[in-house]
Amino acid sequence: MSCALPAFAAADAAEPAPPFAVLMELTHRCPLRCPYCSNPVALDPASAELDTATWKRVLDEAADVGALQVHFSGGEPCVRKDLEELVAHATDAGLYSNLITSAVLLDPPRLARLQAAGLQHVQISLQDSEAAGADRVGGFRGGHAKKLEVARAVVAQGLALTINAVLHRHNIERVNDVIDLALDLGAGRIEIANVQYYGWALANRAALMPSREQLLAMDAAVRARLPELAGRIVVDYVVPDYYARRPKSCMGGWARRFMNINPRGRVLPCHAAETIPGLEFETVHDRSLSAIWRDGPAFVRYRGTHWMPEPCQSCDHKEEDWGGCRCQALALAGSADDADPVCERSPFHAEVAEVRDRDAAALGTDWTYRGL
Amino acid sequence: MNAVTPAIAPDPAPAIAETDRLRLAPGVMLRNDRRRDQWMLMGPERLLVLDDMALAVVRACVGPEVADVGAGIDRLTVEYDAARAEVAADVLELLTDLRNKGYLVR
Repeated sequence: MSCALPAFAAADAAEPAPPFAVLMELTHRCPLRCPYCSNPVALDPASAELDTATWKRVLDEAADVGALQVHFSGGEPCVRKDLEELVAHATDAGLYSNLITSAVLLDPPRLARLQAAGLQHVQISLQDSEAAGADRVGGFRGGHAKKLEVARAVVAQGLALTINAVLHRHNIERVNDVIDLALDLGAGRIEIANVQYYGWALANRAALMPSREQLLAMDAAVRARLPELAGRIVVDYVVPDYYARRPKSCMGGWARRFMNINPRGRVLPCHAAETIPGLEFETVHDRSLSAIWRDGPAFVRYRGTHWMPEPCQSCDHKEEDWGGCRCQALALAGSADDADPVCERSPFHAEVAEVRDRDAAALGTDWTYRGL
Repeated sequence: MNAVTPAIAPDPAPAIAETDRLRLAPGVMLRNDRRRDQWMLMGPERLLVLDDMALAVVRACVGPEVADVGAGIDRLTVEYDAARAEVAADVLELLTDLRNKGYLVR
C-alpha cells in the first residue's frame, strides 16, 4: 500500500510530460513595496498587461497542455478587477486555482465571490510576526493587521490557507512566533521562506542577508519543532541557498513542472528567467502553450541533463537537483550554463560564502523599496 | 541578539485511530486525471498520486458518509478477504501519513 509523488516528466524525452502547473503573473502592480520582491527590477506597467479575453484563452491552453493547477500571482493579483472572472474560467477549464496574495486588498465579500468562482486555496505572505516590523518591510501601514483579518476569513470560509513567511536578517529570530501565528490562524501549511536573492532581493542582499549565527539558530529551532508540528500544519522548509551545500531543485527542474507567464504574456520557464541573456522567449501571442512547452527554445535550453557541464554531468544527484538554479548560476558564477555555485562541488562555491559573509556583516537596513 | 524566541509547544498530534472520523482537508479533492490515467489527491500547490490500494482506503475511510475509520477497515477486510489486524495496521499507517501530509483532517 503506497502513495507516490508524481514523476510525470521523463528526462530529455522528445515529447516532454505535461507541466504540473502554470503560474500566471496577472500584474506587477502591488500596494506593498517589499525590498525582497521576486519580480524583475524592470516591472511591467499596467498598460502592458494582457486583457481578460487573452488570459482566458491562456487558461484554456493551460488545460490543453495538461497542467492541473493554476497559480494566480503577481505582483498583487487582486488589483485585477477580472480576478473572479478568471478563476471561474479556470474552474470551467478543469484547473485547480491557487491565489498567491498579499491579502491587503481582499475582504470577506470578495473572498466569497472568489470561492463561488471555484477558488480552492489562498496563500498569504507575512512580512513578520509583529505589525511594526511587517509594515516597515512591506512599506504599507496597517498591512499586517489586514492580512491577519483576511487569513481568518479564508479559514472561516473553508478555503485552504497557506502562510508564506519570508525570513531575513531583521525577523529571522522570530521564526517560532511566525509558526505560532500560522497555527493560531488555522493555516494548513506554512512555507518558511528564507529570502531568495533574485530581482529586488539581489539588489538589497547586503541589507537582508542573515548571519551564520542567526541562520544556525533558526535552523535548529525549526528542526526541533518539526516532530510536534507533524499532523498539525504542513511545513515547507528549505535551507537558504547561500548557506546550503547542495542546490535546490529549482522549479522542480527547468521546464519539467512549471510554466510562468508574465503580465505582458511572455512565457518563461521560471519567473526570473528573463535575467538570463541570450535566451529567446515567446509570448502567448506567438504560439500555444503546448507548442512552447514542447520545443520553445528557452524551455528546451536547460530541460533535462543534455546541457549540463561538469561537475553536474557525472554527478549522482543530477536527476534530483537538475543542476540547481540557472539564474543563480548566472548571478554568482557569471554564466547560466554553469553548475549552481550553491553546490559544494562547484568551483565557485567558495565565492558564495565570501559574498554571503560580506553581505551578512553589512550593518543597517538601507534597502531600496521596490517601486513601480 | 541571535536567540530565537521560544516556541509555544503543543502536544504531538496523535496517530489516526479507528474511532476517528476523517474528511478531506480544506482545498483537497479526489480527482481522476484522464490524460495521465491516474487518481490523485489534489491540494494546495500539490498533488499526490494514489495507487489502487490507497484509493480504496481513501474511498472506504474518508468522508461524511463513513461512520468512522474502523467501519472503513471492516469494509476493506471483507472486500480484500484479509486478516483484519493486518488491514487495520496498514490502513492506520497510510491515513496517518496522509493526515501528516495535509490531505486529511479529523
